[in-house]
Amino acid sequence: MKDIIEVRWHGRGGQGAKTAALLFAEAALSTGKYVQGFPEYGPERMGAPVQSFNRLSDKPITLHCGITSPDFVVVLDPTLINTVNVVSGLPETGAVIINTEKSAAEMCQKLNFKGRIFVIDASKIAMECFGKLIPNTPMMGALVKVTHFLEIDAVLEDTRKKLNKKFAHKPEVIDGNIKSIKRAYEEVKDE
Amino acid sequence: MEKKLGWKNLPQNDILEAGTAKDFKTGDWRSQRPVHNPEKCISCFICWINCPDSAIIVKDGKVIGIDYDHCKGCGICARECPPKVSAITMEPEKK
Amino acid sequence: MKVAKTGNEAMAEAMRQINPDVVAAYPITPATEIVMIFSQFVADGLVDTEYLAAESEHSAMSACIGSSEAGARVMTSTSSQGLALMYEMLYVASGLRLPIIVAEVNRALSSPINIHGDHSDTMGARDSGWIQIFSENSQEAYDNLIQAVCIAEKARLPVMVSTDGFIISHCMEVIDMISDGEVKKFVGEYKPERYLLDIKRPYSCGALDLQDYYFEHKRQEAEAMINSKNIILGVAAEFEKSFGRKYGFFEEYRLSDADVAIVCLGSTAGTTKFVVDKMRQHGIKVGLLKPRIYRPFPYAEIAKVLSKVKSIAVLDRSDTFSSYAGPLFTEITSCLYTAGVNVKAVNYIYGLGGRDIGIENIEYVFKELLKISEGKYAANIVNYLGVRE
Repeated sequence: MKDIIEVRWHGRGGQGAKTAALLFAEAALSTGKYVQGFPEYGPERMGAPVQSFNRLSDKPITLHCGITSPDFVVVLDPTLINTVNVVSGLPETGAVIINTEKSAAEMCQKLNFKGRIFVIDASKIAMECFGKLIPNTPMMGALVKVTHFLEIDAVLEDTRKKLNKKFAHKPEVIDGNIKSIKRAYEEVKDE
Repeated sequence: MEKKLGWKNLPQNDILEAGTAKDFKTGDWRSQRPVHNPEKCISCFICWINCPDSAIIVKDGKVIGIDYDHCKGCGICARECPPKVSAITMEPEKK
Repeated sequence: MKVAKTGNEAMAEAMRQINPDVVAAYPITPATEIVMIFSQFVADGLVDTEYLAAESEHSAMSACIGSSEAGARVMTSTSSQGLALMYEMLYVASGLRLPIIVAEVNRALSSPINIHGDHSDTMGARDSGWIQIFSENSQEAYDNLIQAVCIAEKARLPVMVSTDGFIISHCMEVIDMISDGEVKKFVGEYKPERYLLDIKRPYSCGALDLQDYYFEHKRQEAEAMINSKNIILGVAAEFEKSFGRKYGFFEEYRLSDADVAIVCLGSTAGTTKFVVDKMRQHGIKVGLLKPRIYRPFPYAEIAKVLSKVKSIAVLDRSDTFSSYAGPLFTEITSCLYTAGVNVKAVNYIYGLGGRDIGIENIEYVFKELLKISEGKYAANIVNYLGVRE
């Protein structure tokens, strides 16, 4: 295994790509890992394609350059595939996780990518679990599964703690988010 | 002659003690001196308000004279003294 | 306690723990979050600070100067054009010897307009009489800001602590935070010797100072900067004793036996460490010198640690437009020359306007250095790294 795992998130401005990267970083920290989470540095515009990044390691991370060749790519919005080369710089040993209702085989044809492709209908899970079309928390669950780097229980516990602080008055939001992470963790597939 | 301090002895931080203008006798710059006539003076304090050098001496609620150590002889007091009173007149400095 | 914080969050947290009397600021990208988060602390009553939202950076620094002279512990935060707009007041702050702290986030200067990280802004203020501390990452930004309070108040000089815009300011990393109580104890209570609100001992400040005294006051300021070197080391030693993290004028990374070395400031040093480790695994003896204190510049100390390497590359994230080299290069070569150290030195100007500097860029520099030290290659003294021809 590489010393440092690098993740690139693709989303649209307002979809929570940055929040997902930061949440994922914090969850990884809670399991004792060293982390970085940072957005693509630029003006933020609602709906425009945006990126965010993570680095994870067992050791302190000193790298502070951009991530051009990630190990994992997470695509929050299926429509991005038509406008952005989401697998740019992703080696064939890497993996891409796409929020889509389509199959991995269909995505494979579209992306022209020879590495592993995972699909998960995170939008549907988000709607069913907490009634909002914000797929970033379920995608985090899928990423935890695919990377094999973090313990899902620790991630759930940490996320619950954070949500407890933010949504103390809305317990249904907390339970819904936790449920969505669990479901995505279980349902993400490579076929 | 004033001995100027070197950087090692000069107070730090570009600060000066307050009220040091009092110790600096500016009165010798004068070419004309104001003369105060206590018999005419009605102690209206117009000269006291206008004097830029705080050189009008007031005691027990009355103008009693001029502080010649600091008065530079600008003549504002004489000009501002009400014409009907004319308690201050400017005279050539005799040295 | 280990927490995940962005550079801006780390600096805002340090400000909360320092709990200054006054913060006057005019937020600017990418430092906006520092005062945004801090003003929330003020609104939530977590600090006792009087927060003043100024109408410009010039006013913000002016308010800081007034408050500091009145006897308050004062902090602010800015970046780029903001620091440039403060320029006039920076000299007033240092000339009046006021221990004001600026949390600075390095950003390019217009024009062309750009919000990303380079060192043009702080380098522009390098001769303004402020102590300048560069931070590699969020942890250092946090630690440096806390130390800056003690340094400023002991040296009676203003201090700016900087991090790289976006690269650090917006990057969430793991930092080890000190408890509120321990920070409070470390920075202590500010007790200025003289202050304007002390009506029992009144004084005038900022008086006219012409040919007869100005020079002596500036000589005092120069002496204060010289004396601050020991203060900086003293505060670092105390910090290490209390919290275990070691700081000095600079960090030497695998430098003692290195054949060639890179000298660079800020976040690039972190990426360079990664490359140093990688090349060392292949038996190539490369090293890094990361200056932390840029003002006062540790001339003699740097000349000493660089005396054993064969060649160095100085990486500058700003240009002087002097038709020659970047600011760090001229400092480094000047200290080598005056110390009689004959090391081949080349300059790379890189990363302007936030242009990414990657592993491959740094590997390239090391490879060029190895060629130079073998005498095989006559390199240009000044080079531009990562620019399209």
